[in-house]
Amino acid sequence: MSAPNHPSGHASPAIDPSRLRYILATDCGSTTTKAILVEKVGDGWRQTRRAEAPTTVEEPFADVTIGVSNSLTEIGELAGRRFIADDGTIIRRKDENDPDGCDIYISTSSAGGGLQMVVAGVVAQMTAASAKRAALGAGAIVMDTIASNDKRKPHERIQRIRELRPDMVLISGGTDGGNVQQVVQIAEQIAPAKPRPRFGGEYELPVIYAGNKDASAQVRGIFGKGFDLAVVDNLRPTLEEENLGPARDKIHDVFLEHVMAHAPGYDKLISWSDAPIMPTPGAVGDILQRIAARDRLNAVCVDIGGATTDVFSVFDGTFNRTVSANLGMSYSISNVCAEAGLDQVLRWVHIDMDERELRNRVKNKMIRPTTIPQSAEALVFEQAVAREALRLAYAQHKEFATTLKGVQQQRTVGDVFSQQASGQTIVDDMKLDLLVASGGVLSHAPKMEQTAAMLVDSFEPQGFTQLAKDSIFMMPHLGVLASVHPVAAMEVFERDCLVRLGWSVAAKGEGKWGRKCFSYRVSGAVNASGELACGDVALVRVGPEQEVEVTVEPAKEFDLGAGAGKAVTRRVKGGTVGILFDARGRPLTLPESEADRRSAVARWAKVWESAS
Amino acid sequence: MAKAYTPGLKVSARANYKARRLLPVHGEVLVKVGDLVKARDVVARTYIEGDVTPVAVAAQLSAQASDVPGLMLVKQGDAVTAGQPLARSKGIFGFGKKELPSPAAGTVESISATTGQVILRGAPLPVEVKAYVDGRVVEVFAGEGALIETEAAFVQGIFGVGGETVGPIRAACARHDEILDASHIKPDMRGAIVLGGARVTAAAVKAAQAAGVAGIVAGGIDDSDLRAILGYDLGVAITGTEKIGLTILVTEGFGDIAMAERTFALLKGFEGREASVNGATQIRAGVMRPEVVVARRAGDPEPAQGARPEEGALELGTQVRLIRDPYFGLLGTVSALPSEPAVLGSGSKARVLEVKLGDGRSVTVPRANIELIET
Repeated sequence: MSAPNHPSGHASPAIDPSRLRYILATDCGSTTTKAILVEKVGDGWRQTRRAEAPTTVEEPFADVTIGVSNSLTEIGELAGRRFIADDGTIIRRKDENDPDGCDIYISTSSAGGGLQMVVAGVVAQMTAASAKRAALGAGAIVMDTIASNDKRKPHERIQRIRELRPDMVLISGGTDGGNVQQVVQIAEQIAPAKPRPRFGGEYELPVIYAGNKDASAQVRGIFGKGFDLAVVDNLRPTLEEENLGPARDKIHDVFLEHVMAHAPGYDKLISWSDAPIMPTPGAVGDILQRIAARDRLNAVCVDIGGATTDVFSVFDGTFNRTVSANLGMSYSISNVCAEAGLDQVLRWVHIDMDERELRNRVKNKMIRPTTIPQSAEALVFEQAVAREALRLAYAQHKEFATTLKGVQQQRTVGDVFSQQASGQTIVDDMKLDLLVASGGVLSHAPKMEQTAAMLVDSFEPQGFTQLAKDSIFMMPHLGVLASVHPVAAMEVFERDCLVRLGWSVAAKGEGKWGRKCFSYRVSGAVNASGELACGDVALVRVGPEQEVEVTVEPAKEFDLGAGAGKAVTRRVKGGTVGILFDARGRPLTLPESEADRRSAVARWAKVWESAS
Repeated sequence: MAKAYTPGLKVSARANYKARRLLPVHGEVLVKVGDLVKARDVVARTYIEGDVTPVAVAAQLSAQASDVPGLMLVKQGDAVTAGQPLARSKGIFGFGKKELPSPAAGTVESISATTGQVILRGAPLPVEVKAYVDGRVVEVFAGEGALIETEAAFVQGIFGVGGETVGPIRAACARHDEILDASHIKPDMRGAIVLGGARVTAAAVKAAQAAGVAGIVAGGIDDSDLRAILGYDLGVAITGTEKIGLTILVTEGFGDIAMAERTFALLKGFEGREASVNGATQIRAGVMRPEVVVARRAGDPEPAQGARPEEGALELGTQVRLIRDPYFGLLGTVSALPSEPAVLGSGSKARVLEVKLGDGRSVTVPRANIELIET
């Protein structure tokens, strides 16, 4: 797993941060190109303007820079500065007094479906998992993971590779000095399948080999004509060590040199940009790692979209990212319901809904993904689906973000070895300090309280956890900005990017509903106190600028961070929602009886509404 | 300016339809510019590399990988038949030699002394591309395929399953709001494109499968019926490869919903004529909708003349379809386009418009929740 210090691996270009004043950043998404202007205001940096325009990667435009120009033109109109010249290019400031232009322009991109990869390794849980982590960490969508033990027959594996059209392939396998045969066997299966690249049928498919160095020569022999092979350091040099940096950097290089260079208009975009263009999720991961490292936080960020849900986490400095490819709120809404089960979705609903009609509604949303809920009832259902999509995505993330599997760990007594302790999730809900939400259903919920409720119900944070949302989804921009001007990126993140919603204070443990769970006392800018029975929630309004001391005293079977039955006192600043005291227990289970469940869900909804 | 842009589905009595018919890999084009082709004609053909069969020779003969080249009875590039001995083990003191028969026919592509694995490549597989529609070849892409052009009646559906098919249109329902049930399916509908009205039931699809119907075009379908037909719950709308014996296309959506009257009348007007139908739907970047194409002939009724709205433009009087509950499936005309966002029942703020429905009611809906009925 990666060290967080230089996540992108790219050297910063020679830019003197002290002379910068106007920074333009775009994120070229699949459907929309989002631009922001970051300006020096007084001594600090602020995000001052934003604009968006449709992305123009596909026909009839087939040139991504048109959408970029359009979005920057709009930003210029809002800011009263011209950023786009008559020939459509970006204007640079000539000197301090120039009324037009910017100092630097940077961008991220996920247009055209982002970066799509096939990864391979020898053992699914070990080298293949490491390869997948490298690809995901670099911002890729992993189309398939090939491994010797993936339970497919060799010909099925080859057939699958033939059907896919990846942008590149990453192959790992074997520790340095270890078995050569198995990784060569994997290479022998991939090469004859001759996967064709997605863009530009004529160019050679990039293959990155990051496996046993002793097999490099043979792998070079296998990937001859029709492939562009790059060999980098083994991403699993020993079982105990994961070295994802070189593979991840190579993925970024290949992304720029091959994939982006073949996407429409990207040669021009690359020439415009003052820093390497990063895949959008890669940039989000970078900024999260920087924040976590600076503030010594354990953080989780989720981005729920129409087709996919991305989860990023940093726990004790270790970064992980997962993409749940078919968990989303429009294109994939039907899959969420199929995977979770409609009954699981409906447990979050406290009003009457007809199942047959709901099923048809879900499919209608799937085939017309741009529609929005008009009625209160439709919103309740959509947010119920979101809870399940988030829950499933987080569960997948926990399953993936583990300690290294296959590592032999010494037991405490004697020199007996065991593998049981390896492969445990490193995601610890009690240690989670900051949970950041982004994506339409979370960012555009009519009420902030609804966003907070969806986060708490699906992620089930334990103890004290700060809840926030990315105001206008500018984390990608800030991720790439951090590669050239980390100070500006951090300042904007704090001041303009994060909307602090407040805190979840939740007890871990299970108890009979109605019995005491914990008591709370809030003092300072706001004063409140109360006792919560199991199954209850309470919300105390504490504003973003208000600081309070919170003391919670749990019953003996509950833990709020200091251990079972032990009181916790913390000083916290509030948020737009406030502090949610959650005595529903962890894991969060809803009453089995339909009437009790409905009444509980209605009661919780009322607590949220009372704060609005 | 009271104008906005929103996508819609095309329903047109006369459209210039172009079908780009391309091979997945380089091959031979069998037509030339100016040729008249029928939907079932093959326009390009090629052969793709055969399937790969890896054979773990070392493991199966209990030999060292490095010994495998010496054990082979065939060499790289040799053609082998299924069952033909590929390799023979040395045995012990020359006894107990074991032969390994080839699991498949093909050509020996590689023999590896590192892994002890032999790769067999099967016979080339033919790939043909048909014209799909009756029309004229207007462009040939050397080695790739051809562009076929035709004047056609053209209907885009909202969702479909199953791939390309061709057959004569048979109207099974008399009205656009009549449910298509099993009783409508007749034995003589074999090979036909059956035109329904409103929702098609699972029983109707089952009867159609039994009768050998080529395709069904209906207004709607119930999700539970679709699940019963496919045998699984469709998670993501990427379809076209289903093997259910026929192609299904729905024009409006899921649930009890009547086909737009104009769509029904248009297709019914072409009863008996060959229609090309493709159920393939892909609702992602590069959206693909299912379609019905009927090549026009001289004397076919002309579309009604009238002021054609600017494509994609939403103006007062534009015909729209409401595509989200609580008004899902209703048709109407735009009666107001307020520029200021309004607060919806859900509490969200969004740009809206007012629609006068067929029954005289006026409703306000988010602009995101309508689509144009394009002509």
